[in-house]
Amino acid sequence: MNATIYSLSAIVAVAAVTFLLGYVGSRKANTTPDFLVARRAIPATRNAAAISGEYLSAASFLGVAGLVLKDGVDALWYPVGFTAGYLALLLFVAAPLRRSGAYTLPDFAEARLGSVNVRHFSTFFVVCIGVLYLVPQLQSAGLTLTTITGLPAWFGGLVVTAIVVVNVLGGGMRAITLVQAFQYWGKLFAIAAPTFVLFVVFLASPSRGTQPISDDGAVRFPHAETVTVAEQVVKVRVDEPLTLTVRGQVDGRTADGPVFWGRGVYELTPGTTMEFAAGSPVPVVEGSPTTNYDWTRPQTGGVSELVRTYSLIFATFLGTMGLPHVLVRFYTNPDGKAARRTALHVLYLLGLFYIFPTVLGVLARLFLPQLLVNGKTDAAVLMLPETMVPNLGGQILGAIVAAGAFAAFLSTSSGLVVSVAGVVSTDIMPGKVRDFRWATVFTGLVAIGLALLLPRSDASLTVAMSFALAASTFCPLLVLGIWWRGLTWVGAVCGLVVGGGLVIGAQVVSVVSSYTGRWAPAFITQPALITVPLAFMTMIVVSKATRRRAPADVSQIMLRLHAPDPLGFIRDRDVARFGTPEEKARLTDDKHRGAGRTR
Amino acid sequence: MSRHDAGKPEPPAREAWLGEQARKPRRRRVVLADSTKSRGKALRTIIELEEQTSVGEKLVRDLIKQQLKSAFGLAFAVLIGMCLLPITFYLAPQVGDLEVLGIPVPWLVLGVAPFPILYGVGWVFRRQAERHERDFVNMVDR
Repeated sequence: MNATIYSLSAIVAVAAVTFLLGYVGSRKANTTPDFLVARRAIPATRNAAAISGEYLSAASFLGVAGLVLKDGVDALWYPVGFTAGYLALLLFVAAPLRRSGAYTLPDFAEARLGSVNVRHFSTFFVVCIGVLYLVPQLQSAGLTLTTITGLPAWFGGLVVTAIVVVNVLGGGMRAITLVQAFQYWGKLFAIAAPTFVLFVVFLASPSRGTQPISDDGAVRFPHAETVTVAEQVVKVRVDEPLTLTVRGQVDGRTADGPVFWGRGVYELTPGTTMEFAAGSPVPVVEGSPTTNYDWTRPQTGGVSELVRTYSLIFATFLGTMGLPHVLVRFYTNPDGKAARRTALHVLYLLGLFYIFPTVLGVLARLFLPQLLVNGKTDAAVLMLPETMVPNLGGQILGAIVAAGAFAAFLSTSSGLVVSVAGVVSTDIMPGKVRDFRWATVFTGLVAIGLALLLPRSDASLTVAMSFALAASTFCPLLVLGIWWRGLTWVGAVCGLVVGGGLVIGAQVVSVVSSYTGRWAPAFITQPALITVPLAFMTMIVVSKATRRRAPADVSQIMLRLHAPDPLGFIRDRDVARFGTPEEKARLTDDKHRGAGRTR
Repeated sequence: MSRHDAGKPEPPAREAWLGEQARKPRRRRVVLADSTKSRGKALRTIIELEEQTSVGEKLVRDLIKQQLKSAFGLAFAVLIGMCLLPITFYLAPQVGDLEVLGIPVPWLVLGVAPFPILYGVGWVFRRQAERHERDFVNMVDR
């Protein structure tokens, strides 16, 4: 009970600080550029902390450790890919995108290709990616609150949505920058401190109630354990026969009492309770290694595992640059050079963070094997402190972790809501501050609706799908648009439709397959390996076929994208569209003076 | 309908963003009195850049090519490095038995090593890109 109170107060504290910082930041936010790009005056280090704060979502804070617990060394491709994506962003996109002066992704597409059509298609995919990314955040918020307090799952998602929407309504981009910069350091502390403490606890008594990780056989329960299957049907694989007590439904038949499970796969209905004796082998959710031997070794899943790994590398490496809530932060930099510095700084901040979830995932394998049975591995980080240190210290650590997790949902969701609302308000509505506020409410409602409707899956897996979508749509658009003069709007639209359509189709098929026996092959559950090259090829081939549609002023645009900042070619499109008369006058003044800003 | 139309930036906005030279090359007046010798040259080159004379066009193309070479070179190196790992692990599973300080090598290779390497590559790129830009500015602004 005490633990619940500590955790709840920590969460309330995070929410309060978020509101406070949002309020401080929003006092001066009242023009459209304030809401969209925070007046483009955020220094690189704060921007980098804000980007990292926004990027380290539920998938990073809870999901990575959960996947390490379940899949072992192969799960480490997630943090590697999540970080490597920023390298690709730095190499290909950061500086030219900022110099384009665009204020949203669709705005960049229109500026570069001179067509309103491509703008509309981009808008559609920005909304798709944003919402697809919001859903696991809100669902994880539900999971966190359920794990801590036992409240129903919808409540957590609703709380996060409400806080985010209210905060964004107040001050848009300008308000959330400070909030997110604070939340990066908050999250780093919230994961680093427990990791250090728990690791020391582990080193002090490595064998307490656990088996050595090098053991060749199945994972075993250190103590007698009762496990309940939560919201969804779970399939578990048994590798070593065992006897246990089951109350509930197994494979559609009611069981009540001791049963014997031989090798094979068992389907457990929600509400089923299992009692395991100490030392009994752990049934593991289908698709994950059942023995510690396989768990510690990479690529034990055969060819399909190999395909999945390569697909994941492609999706994360190329997908980060297409995530709207990441890109929106690059427009807030003062110039192209600062954008590059920001991206580099982010690489360092992310590398610092991702060491910790890995360690926690390994510890969770030793202390929380019951999560392997009911598949709620995302809860590992939240449950580990109290399991390893069952006293006041553990409760306080648990509260810190809970607060960090909550900060993760809040910051990522804020960033997503701001970027989606920015796009919706400027492309579908006239783009005034009032429209931005309506778009915020609308985005929040759609996201929470979908989060309640769709079945919950591992946060990292769902997020990987949004990466695949971004990599198959905006990555080719940005890379070709920035580096190749030949891109036409027809080619861009065809590429967006082919890449995006295939990924969305694959997503639908894999959801259907997850309900009907997991028959989908690896290239459908993780499609980037095929869809990204296809999208690139479509854009190139169609652009070559429609060469006459290339914008006449392409050389001008290339100059603007690549000319070094001191030459003063940046023209901010948000100022041209939403700026005050004085700002517009300054813009035209610069134009007439031409080279007047060389210094 | 009208609401929808209002959402699109009007064509003049694009022209304002591009500068009017995009449509019609314009004569520029360079006043001798307010420019020293060096300044005059810089001005002229920048005007050449904006008006897309053959010289200006060549300069920009070269800059883009240089930046592209740095970016793609480093990106391919990283991508190939990453892509070699899974196939190595797959074809040579005995790598999984190696240990350094009691930690299996694959855990170190995937859990710790990539982060400093990625930062290092990013740092090299930033230096190269900024050097190319400095060279470009110096060439224009001499």
